[in-house]
Amino acid sequence: MRLKLEPRPVASKWMGYASPLIAAGLTVIAAFILFGALGKNPLLALYTFAIQPLTSLYGLAELAIKATPLVLCALGLSVGFRGNVWNIGAEGQLTVGAICGGGVALWAFGNEGWWLLPAMIVAGALGGMAYGAIPAVLKNRFNANEILTSLMLTYVSIQFLGYLVTGPWRDPEGFNFPQTRLFDTEYGSLPILLEGTRLHAGVFLAVAAVIVIWVLMSRTFTGFQIEVGGQAPHAAAYAGYSQKRVVLLSFLIGGGLAGLAGLSEVAGSIGQLQPVISPGYGFAAIIVAFLGRLHPLGVLFASLLMSLMYIGGESLQMNLNLPLAVTGVFQGLLLFFVLGSDVLIRYRITLGSGRREAQV
Amino acid sequence: MTGMINRFAKRLAAGLAALCAAAVPALPAGGQPLKVGFVYVTPVGDAGWTYQHDLGRRAVEQAFGRKVETTAVESVAEGADAARVIRELAASGNRIIFTTSFGYMNPTIAVARNFPAVAFEHASGYKRSKNVSTYLGRFYEGRYLTGLVAGKMSKSGIVGYVAAFPIPEVVRGINAFTLGLRAVNPKAQVRVIWTSSWYDPGKEREAAEALIAQGADILTQHTDSTAVVQAAEDRGVYAIGYHSDMSKYGPRAQLTASTHNWANYYIKRVRQVIDKTWRSTDTWGGIGEGMVALAPFGDAVPETVRRLVREKTAAIAEGRLHPFTGPVRDNNAVVRIAAGETLSDAQLLKIDWLVQGVTGTLPR
Repeated sequence: MRLKLEPRPVASKWMGYASPLIAAGLTVIAAFILFGALGKNPLLALYTFAIQPLTSLYGLAELAIKATPLVLCALGLSVGFRGNVWNIGAEGQLTVGAICGGGVALWAFGNEGWWLLPAMIVAGALGGMAYGAIPAVLKNRFNANEILTSLMLTYVSIQFLGYLVTGPWRDPEGFNFPQTRLFDTEYGSLPILLEGTRLHAGVFLAVAAVIVIWVLMSRTFTGFQIEVGGQAPHAAAYAGYSQKRVVLLSFLIGGGLAGLAGLSEVAGSIGQLQPVISPGYGFAAIIVAFLGRLHPLGVLFASLLMSLMYIGGESLQMNLNLPLAVTGVFQGLLLFFVLGSDVLIRYRITLGSGRREAQV
Repeated sequence: MTGMINRFAKRLAAGLAALCAAAVPALPAGGQPLKVGFVYVTPVGDAGWTYQHDLGRRAVEQAFGRKVETTAVESVAEGADAARVIRELAASGNRIIFTTSFGYMNPTIAVARNFPAVAFEHASGYKRSKNVSTYLGRFYEGRYLTGLVAGKMSKSGIVGYVAAFPIPEVVRGINAFTLGLRAVNPKAQVRVIWTSSWYDPGKEREAAEALIAQGADILTQHTDSTAVVQAAEDRGVYAIGYHSDMSKYGPRAQLTASTHNWANYYIKRVRQVIDKTWRSTDTWGGIGEGMVALAPFGDAVPETVRRLVREKTAAIAEGRLHPFTGPVRDNNAVVRIAAGETLSDAQLLKIDWLVQGVTGTLPR
C-alpha cells in the first residue's frame, strides 16, 4: 500500500475553499515546531508575524504600499501565463518603467508643472511596454524562447540603470554618489493619500489595473482568445486566433503594468532613481500570479499575503530578535504549504497498491 | 542522531514551556534598558561590511550589559522598504538607531523629522539634521598601508582589484591603495574589475580568476564576500582582505586586511544618549581614532615590511602622513594634486578620478 497522487476528473470546488485553511493549519503547526525549537513563544511569534503589522493605520498603509508593485506586476504576468506566454522579465520591465518615468521628471527639472505626473505615468507604462515588446517580437519573428530573452533583458536593464545613475543622470550635488536628483515633491511625486502614512496614489493604479484586467479576461473576446490560446493551442489555431497576437498582447500588458509598478515605486516611495529600485518584485510576482491562481482578485489577495510575509518577517526580526534566516525559513514554509495545498484541488491522494501501478 | 533528536525535543519542550509562561518580559533592576536599533543592508554573515557593524553592536551589548537592548534588522533593501524599517524601530522605542548603508540616507532624514527625540546615526552619507549624525571611517588610510604591503610583496607588479561600484568610497580606496603600492614599487599596476554588486560570490570569484589570468599575483577586493580571498588561497597567490580579517578563508594567502572597527564609536554614541549629551555630529575617523585597523600580518610578510608598515601607521595616526599628498597624477597623466598639497576632505568625499597606475576608466 502506498500514497498516490491521482488527477481528479474535475477540479474540486470544495478543495478550492479548503486548501487555504489546510495551508493555514500546517503553517501554525510549523510555527509551533520552528519557534518552539528556538525557545520563542510560538503564539507570540505568529501574532508578531501575521497580526501585529495590521494593528495600526500605518501598518495597513505599508501593507498596501508593498503590495502595489506586486499586484501590478503579477496581474500582467497572469494574463500571459493564461495564454501560455512566459514573461519572466517583469523585473526588467519594471526597471525600464522607472527609468522612463523618472527620466521625464529629471528632464523637466526647473520647469515642472501639473502635467508632469501624468506624463511620468504615461512614460513609465510606455517604457515597460516597449521593453516587453522586445522578447515578444523576438519570439514571433525568430521563435526565440521568451523565458530566456525576457529574463536576460532584466539584467541588461539593471546594468543600464546603474550606468545612468553613476553617469549621465548623476545628481550634480550628490557627492558623486550613484543617485539622481530628487524628483519635484509637488509635481513629480504621487500624492500622499493619508496624513501620517506613506500611502500614495500608486494604490489607485493597482486597483484600477485589477478591474481592467478582470474585465479584459472575463468579459472580452480578446481575453477569451488568450485563454483558448493557453488551454488549447490547436483549437485556437483551428479557430483562426493568432497566437502571435496573443504573445505580443501579453507582453505589452505585462510590460506596461510592470512599467507602472516601477514608476509608482520611484514616484511614490523613493523619490529619485538609484541603483536598486526593486527588491525583486518582478520575480516575486511570478509566485504571486500562481498563488492567486492567475485570477485578478486572487492576485490581489496573494499580493497582500506576500506583502504581509515581507513585513511580518521584519516584525519578527525587530520584536523577537529572530535572525533573518529564521524568518526566511518560515516564509518559505508558508509559501510551500499554500502552493502545496493547492495541488489537492486538481489531484487527490489515494492509497494505491503497488500491483496496479505495475500494470500501468 | 538520537542525541540530535533529544536535543531538539528538549528545545521544543523549553519553547512550549515558554509559551505557557506569561508573556511578560522580565525587566532588569533599575528601569527599562535603552533600546538601540541597527539596520543592515545584507545578512550579517561571517565577514564583510555588515558583519563589522554587527561586531560593533555586540560590543555595545558587552559594554553596557543589561542596560541596553539591541535590535538588528538584516537585509533591508535600499529602496522603499528602508523608511518602514527605520520608522518601525523608532516607533517601537529605540532611542538611537544606526542605519548602516548609504542608500538609507533620504529615508533616515525623512523618518528622523517625525521622531525628534530619537537619535539617528547614518553611516557614509552627507545629509545631517538636528537628530541625524553621519559617521564613516577613513578607510583609505588602511588601503594606503595595505598598498605598501602589496608593493613590497608583488613579484609581477600587477595587483588585481575586484570592486563593486565606482562610488567615491570605492574610488578613494582604489586610489589610496595604488598610491601606497607605487610608493614602494613605482612601476606596479592595479587592474580593476567592476562587479556591479556588493555581494555576488560567483561573480567575484570569476573576476578574481580573470585577474590572476592577467598576471596579478596579489588580489584585493571592495565587495562584501570572501570569494576573492578564497580564490587567491586556491590559486596560490596572495590576497589582502577588506572590511574583515579574512585570514580564516585564506590562511596562507592573506597578507593582511584593512578592517573596520565601529565598536568604539558605537559605545561612545550610546553612552552619550544614556548621559543625555548626544548631539548631531559628522565623524570621519581613521587609524588614529581606531576606526580603521590592519589585521595581523600573514606568515609570508617579512619583518622589514612589517616594520615599514608600522612606521607609516604611526605617521598616519599622528597626522604626519596623508596618503593623498601631491604630486599625484590621474591615469591620464594630468596632475590632480600639486606637489606638497593634500586633498581636502570635501575633495576626498566626491573623488571621481583614478590615480596613475590604475588601468581603466570610470563611467561618466
